[in-house]
Amino acid sequence: MSKNIIEVEHLTRTFSIGDMTVRALRDVTLEVAGGDFVAIMGASGSGKSTLMNILGCLDRPTSGIYRLDGVEVNGLGRDQLAEIRNRKLGFVFQQFNLLPRTSALENVQLPLLYRDDAVPDARERAMQALAAVGLADRADHTPNQLSGGQQQRVAIARALVNDPQMVLADEPTGALDSRTSVEIMGILQRLNRERGITTVMVTHEPDIAEYANRQLYFRDGQILRDEKVARPREARREIALWDQRADRTADALSSATGLR
Amino acid sequence: MNLRKIASSTRIAFRALRVNKMRSALTMLGIIIGVAAVIAMVAVGSGAQERIRQQIASIGSNLIIVQAGSVTSSGLRMGAGNATTLTEDDVTAILRECDSTSLAAPVVRGGGQVVYGENNWGTQILGTTPDYLPIRDLRIAEGVGISDQDVEGAARVALLGKTVIDNLFAGEDPVGKILRIKNVPFSVAGRLVPKGQSPTGQDQDDVIIIPISAAKKKVLGASQANYAAVGSIMIQAHEGRTGDVEPQVSGLLRQRHHLQRNEDDDFTIRNMEEVFKAQESSAQVMSILLAAIASVSLIVGGIGIMNIMLVSVTERTKEIGLRQAVGAKTRDILGQFLIEAVTLSVAGGAAGIVTGVAASLLISYFADWSTVVSSGSIAVAFLFSALVGVSFGFYPARKAANMDPIEALHYE
Ligand SMILES: Nc1ncnc2c1ncn2[C@@H]1O[C@H](COP(=O)(O)OP(=O)(O)O)[C@@H](O)[C@H]1O
Ligand SMILES: [Mg+2]
Repeated sequence: MSKNIIEVEHLTRTFSIGDMTVRALRDVTLEVAGGDFVAIMGASGSGKSTLMNILGCLDRPTSGIYRLDGVEVNGLGRDQLAEIRNRKLGFVFQQFNLLPRTSALENVQLPLLYRDDAVPDARERAMQALAAVGLADRADHTPNQLSGGQQQRVAIARALVNDPQMVLADEPTGALDSRTSVEIMGILQRLNRERGITTVMVTHEPDIAEYANRQLYFRDGQILRDEKVARPREARREIALWDQRADRTADALSSATGLR
Repeated sequence: MNLRKIASSTRIAFRALRVNKMRSALTMLGIIIGVAAVIAMVAVGSGAQERIRQQIASIGSNLIIVQAGSVTSSGLRMGAGNATTLTEDDVTAILRECDSTSLAAPVVRGGGQVVYGENNWGTQILGTTPDYLPIRDLRIAEGVGISDQDVEGAARVALLGKTVIDNLFAGEDPVGKILRIKNVPFSVAGRLVPKGQSPTGQDQDDVIIIPISAAKKKVLGASQANYAAVGSIMIQAHEGRTGDVEPQVSGLLRQRHHLQRNEDDDFTIRNMEEVFKAQESSAQVMSILLAAIASVSLIVGGIGIMNIMLVSVTERTKEIGLRQAVGAKTRDILGQFLIEAVTLSVAGGAAGIVTGVAASLLISYFADWSTVVSSGSIAVAFLFSALVGVSFGFYPARKAANMDPIEALHYE
């Protein structure tokens, strides 16, 4: 068993709006093993994004402990957290969040820009990341020249470019159709398996959650259920099957009409 | 921020500014006007200073004037110029006794009508010795000057200023011609190089110079009381010793004039350099004032930059959140927006320098004012515009850098 990349103990997060307090997370304790693929599910407002923000070092808990890769993150300052986000984490958002009017290549290079050490082969690394998501031929395209699925793949390449230990994806398929969603899951699964990148993903689509190895169910800021997935779905096999079926249909169609 | 980040931040800044070309241009306009105004105003001010400096040089360097008569404590001149207290012997004594003086020349002057052919002209007639010319830095354009022999023999020779020539000779060459000064015939020995206006606005070319002896005997007449009396003495000090002339000459003249300790001077010594230095410094104050007023518009331009940077920061909140999420530190965001503000202000500053130089040239061409654009004022304007960018860009940039990453990411 590999060591835990995430260790969360008695985590709470409360927001106060005026004199109302919202308890978004109440006493969450959680361990995620390195290399795992976790899906977080739950109703809207149950605290999934709040947890993701804390795991992503974008937000700090009100109380409790968060250890990322053995380092207690609670006491760190703004810029130290930025450094951790830069070097250990990758983010994938529902709305892609690419810089407009900026080429895919430059978008992917962005995290390299904020490294303290110079990256002389920044271009090559960004190109490799784009190739890993199958978009090497779109390096010069700007986001408005790409489809939603392609934009999300650029975003994944950006999350990948600094060799992160963990990718955090908050509803990565929320804005995509089902076929494209499976393609995205295929990429995330491949990166998880081939590179051992721990993946934590929020989704409210049960069939998307089935691509993960483990599922967490949230309700009212607490973990309601925590289950291993006996046989995760295989996105790439499904895509291959679809393509075969489409080919066969095309073959059938063309032989029926006598056209080739 | 290292060089790599500065370079890429500059690229980002240019891209951001290109997206809103019109807005960027209008924002820069404030700086353009400010810098152009500062450069043009400084050019006008230094032009005025330069003109005064030239005028000061035109009256002769290291010049000290001793006038007969005194200034009372109330500032009233007691018969200055008419008083008979200074004599030609005083001139000789000054040259002999005062080691700070290099040249000295006695001067008598008076107004008089000059006639040549059908033309006549009222001008100033100045009787003096040959040394007057080097003291006043006067040069002969054509012909010869007056000599010691001319002074000894009271020769009727004259040197003419340009204004006199223009009014009497109408294009004719005056040298060698005979004109009548107060009805006395004089031959024109030479023509003076024009000097233009004096710092007090007098036409220094409206003058006829003749030997002092001839002036006294034949034209202006000498004092009944004392034939040797002169109206004033022009002194040129040795370089760097103008300050010593006044005490030396004053002491000598008091002694020669037998003045008691409680008696006032019967002469007035004026160091012309000091008189005009005062004018020069008032012109300097003037140009500083003009530049200060102009720099107000530069500050207004800076406020324009601050305003547009605040808008830009708000518009790009989501972008800022994303940059923070992928690891941008406080100083990265701060630097990026500072560079953007400085790019605006420096580009505006460069355009303002071009505009300001052009404006200065137009002013000197159309308004006939001398303007001097110094490389110093260009450098200062450039630095100042960069400074405006940094100082007015700082608040918006800090606002961006201090944003909360989650709020910024979810900003719509
Ligand atoms: N910045 C915030 N300020 C106030 N309340 C918040 C804030 N962020 C989240 N909440 C509240 O915390 C609860 C959990 O939100 P969230 O984690 O976004 O839910 P989910 O992602 O599961 O839909 C909700 O009730 C939400 O209104
Ligand atoms: Mg959410």
